[in-house]
Amino acid sequence: MFQNSIKVSKLSKQFGRNYALKEINLELKSGELLAILGRNGAGKTTFLKILSTLLKQTEGEILFNGVLLSDFPQTEIKRKIGLISHNLFLYSGLSALENLTFFAKLYDLENPTVKINEVLEKVGLIHRKNELVRNYSRGMQQRLGIARAFLHNPEILLLDEPYTGLDQNGTEILNNLLKMFNSQEKITILVTHNIEQGLTLSDKVTIFENGKVAFIEQSKNLNLEEMRKVYKEFVS
Amino acid sequence: MKKIWLILKKDLLLEFRTKESFVSMLTFCLLVIVVFNFSFEAGRAGLEKIAGGILWVSFIFAGTLGLTRSFNAENENGCLQGLRISPVEAGQIYFGKLLSNCFFMLLVEFLIFPVFVIFFNLSVSLSNLPLLFLTAFLGTIGFSAVGTLLSAVSSNTKLQEVMLPILLFPVVVPVVIGSVEATNLLLTETKDFTDVYEWLKILASFDGIFVSVCYLIFDFALGE
Repeated sequence: MFQNSIKVSKLSKQFGRNYALKEINLELKSGELLAILGRNGAGKTTFLKILSTLLKQTEGEILFNGVLLSDFPQTEIKRKIGLISHNLFLYSGLSALENLTFFAKLYDLENPTVKINEVLEKVGLIHRKNELVRNYSRGMQQRLGIARAFLHNPEILLLDEPYTGLDQNGTEILNNLLKMFNSQEKITILVTHNIEQGLTLSDKVTIFENGKVAFIEQSKNLNLEEMRKVYKEFVS
Repeated sequence: MKKIWLILKKDLLLEFRTKESFVSMLTFCLLVIVVFNFSFEAGRAGLEKIAGGILWVSFIFAGTLGLTRSFNAENENGCLQGLRISPVEAGQIYFGKLLSNCFFMLLVEFLIFPVFVIFFNLSVSLSNLPLLFLTAFLGTIGFSAVGTLLSAVSSNTKLQEVMLPILLFPVVVPVVIGSVEATNLLLTETKDFTDVYEWLKILASFDGIFVSVCYLIFDFALGE
């Protein structure tokens, strides 16, 4: 199986005079899930936005499989990335099926109908696929947003607080999808405020503080109690 | 082309489903015509000299209304970001949105023009109609080309409704002048089209410049 890797070196992002990120160094390999913890404004979302090509870094570089992200044709790198964020990227005036069909065609997917039905089945919305998104509950919209991110089978999955609005069932669905995704030797980066969830799901856990990596460790070397102590120590 | 068509088709579907933008554009355009009709007596001598101005003021006001709403659907749920992380070039998003803006503005113009002719009791020569349509087409492209870009820029500002006209109107002055002059000439039943062709050439040139420049800087406009 093809091995993916991401290497982030001395990544900085400035907004005016303020540094949102300063000299971030990270490395991830196939099958790894990195959980990013940190307080609001620590730079977590900015980091994901840079990785997803929505923002450009001020300094530093990102290598994907050894190649600079900026050297990839933009449309090619975008096919490799899936993003789930606070924004669901869904048109409320379109049905679930119409939304996914629109994005499937943008990604030039082959057999879009099969893939759409597959992801809708996985998120439990197949029977309501013809309903307008505006009539969905927040949790259902979130599940559809998850389906949209998985639709094109990305190599890298970026999740920014993906559990917001999800009920127990939705949380289980997302956890199962993440497990399946990781078993396919893909890379996942999860931004969360939930220490327990972050530690349980991840292979590596990091804490961002003031735009810097304040702490990084293999999740297997930490238990929840230790992690909570570390979090308090750095985020105080 | 396929992705431009996809974005256009999505916009048409959203609008035909809600009709929010189109109905407000049409109503507003009609109201402006009615107000002008009360202000300038129908059949008055010399009316044909200002008729083009009246018509284009109503088109531009209605067009601005449509442009203001053009990126509303994209901003809802962060759909514009969804487009930007998809394998679509900024230029394709621009042309998709431009075509959809042009389509609705042209549709409004097509429906309003007969009403305008009736309200102002104008006699328009049938032989002038193709050139009138061409003027409307070129004027609309030039106006929407800049409007689409500025609508994207202003859509994230708190004062979008104010910002868009302030930014847009000074830039599209050449297109408005060209469209008004050509329309005035064509409403006077002229048989000599030399001046009309000159204005149409100017309009086409500005369209070419505006579309090219806006296409090139749209990616930058969508940026951070």
